Amino acid sequence: MFRRGWFLPIAAVLGFSFLYAPIVSLVIFSFNENRLVTVWSGFSFKWYGELFRDPQMLNAAWLSLQIAALSATIALVLGTLAAVALVRFRRFRGRTLFSGMVSAPLVMPDVITGLSLLLLFVAMESMLGWPQGRGMLTIVIAHATFCTAYVCVVVQSRLSDFDRSIEEAAMDLGASPVRTFFDVTLPIIAPALVSGWLLGFTLSLDDLVIASFVSGPGSSTLPMVIFSKVRLGVSPDVNALATIIIGIVSLGVIVATIIQLRSRPKKARG
Amino acid sequence: MTTQHEPTYPPPRRLKPWNAVERGLAKVGITGRMLVLAAPVIWLLVFFLVPLFVVFGISLTTKQFGRPPYSPLLTTEEGTVQLTLHLNNYIRLFTDNLYVAAYLSSIRIAAIATIITLLIGYPMAYAIARAPGPWRNILLMLVILPFFTSLLLRVYALTGFMRGNGVINQFLGLFGIQPIVMMQTDFAVYVGLVYTYLPFMILPLYTNLVKLDASLLEASADLGARPLRTFLSVTLPLSLPGIVAGSMLVFIPAIGEFVIPSLLGGPETLMIGRVLWDEFFSATNWPRAAAVAVAMLVVVVVPIMLLQRAQGAVVEK
Repeated sequence: MFRRGWFLPIAAVLGFSFLYAPIVSLVIFSFNENRLVTVWSGFSFKWYGELFRDPQMLNAAWLSLQIAALSATIALVLGTLAAVALVRFRRFRGRTLFSGMVSAPLVMPDVITGLSLLLLFVAMESMLGWPQGRGMLTIVIAHATFCTAYVCVVVQSRLSDFDRSIEEAAMDLGASPVRTFFDVTLPIIAPALVSGWLLGFTLSLDDLVIASFVSGPGSSTLPMVIFSKVRLGVSPDVNALATIIIGIVSLGVIVATIIQLRSRPKKARG
Repeated sequence: MTTQHEPTYPPPRRLKPWNAVERGLAKVGITGRMLVLAAPVIWLLVFFLVPLFVVFGISLTTKQFGRPPYSPLLTTEEGTVQLTLHLNNYIRLFTDNLYVAAYLSSIRIAAIATIITLLIGYPMAYAIARAPGPWRNILLMLVILPFFTSLLLRVYALTGFMRGNGVINQFLGLFGIQPIVMMQTDFAVYVGLVYTYLPFMILPLYTNLVKLDASLLEASADLGARPLRTFLSVTLPLSLPGIVAGSMLVFIPAIGEFVIPSLLGGPETLMIGRVLWDEFFSATNWPRAAAVAVAMLVVVVVPIMLLQRAQGAVVEK
């Protein structure tokens, strides 16, 4: 029943249809001419045109892309350093606290992360005068914080199935730890760095709740604009936008998966 | 222990600038390890740990008009520093039925959604783990793809699916079935939670199930156990860490969920994430919102610890 019966394939097919049916229908209806999102009346690119004439959407998209690129980059540096520390330094004072701090943002509910960072920024502003007001800077800090956790997990798993003897060989040949890191370790973990950065980028692009807390007036990110549009009622141009995003993300995930598969060490060769 | 690997032969002929810096720092007691740790430690202390204490502090203040909109914790008056702690937010949390009801219903909704996700996700994870090699990566990518696609957009896709004139009702209409009201009900919230968090359940379960030793299953079969019996007494117990990890990965974010109940749920769908949001944005009562956050943190601490233990077990094997 469970090993080679009918049950597992059917469960998998049903499960995958459940995951994909709403997305597929959204993509199809993005080419719908009708204003009523779900009544089909003919093929059209109308909503795509509408989307690219909407300055609010375009500004929000540009802001979101900048924030995502910046926070993914900060998170990449911090997350990689944290991963190196957790995998390579076996024991150090405060290790438990450190590993807890690194992984807790992964599961912390968004509303708590958002509220706590906002309250920190407000308290810091009244005590230190920095950061003045809220906007792109505060959103970047907030996103970099939770993306660090994701980058760390990805890099950590790569570092732990890494052959230590290569690093040791480099050091025996006289390379300093820093040189060894840049010449040996970094190229080997590069695929994990790429996927960690992409993960951080997409997570930042997607975040609505945390950004809503830590943004100021005049700095609305794309999810914030989408959310207010969707809440107000039917807006077919969101379908078009969603289709574009889904297209880009799918491409990214497929490329990242191929990179990871290609570079995976062949364990079978021993 | 990277610093222990000082080369003995050949000796470094020239002192490179970086080595000089490193030695100089080592003399004042700063090692390379400390430098590696410094950035993430400082960042996470300032932007993750300290904010949690700030939230706790502000939950003990009271709402007031001004900037910031809460009373100061410390006041200086005639040379004495006074610490004023207000417990009214917490008292209100326990005495106002709204909060108690919101907590209980969040826990209930998150728990039921977790169980449904497990029931749907387990067979899928098992099917992927047992799939032939090349298929496995394709199926895994199909699980990861929605995980990367925006949660907001996927929830929005669901609204188009379940709306009164949505795809499901149009399909049912072909058979002459009256439209079913799905949107703005608790049912829609369950569908939304299961739909968005299914990948979170499948991935840790897959990681666990794919490492399952097939010889144990064969041994069980050789000893005469039927497949169902083998599943219940071999596979299921061995996959327990995966089940716990997946369940906690669904349960914890579901507790604090805001987007799903506000786009799919009705006005009577009570969830604590939404209460916190309204307290902050509509009532602009920051101290009350902070108290709600602290109470939510207390609710998720145990699941977070369970998750860490389970993840340790998944990784170790």
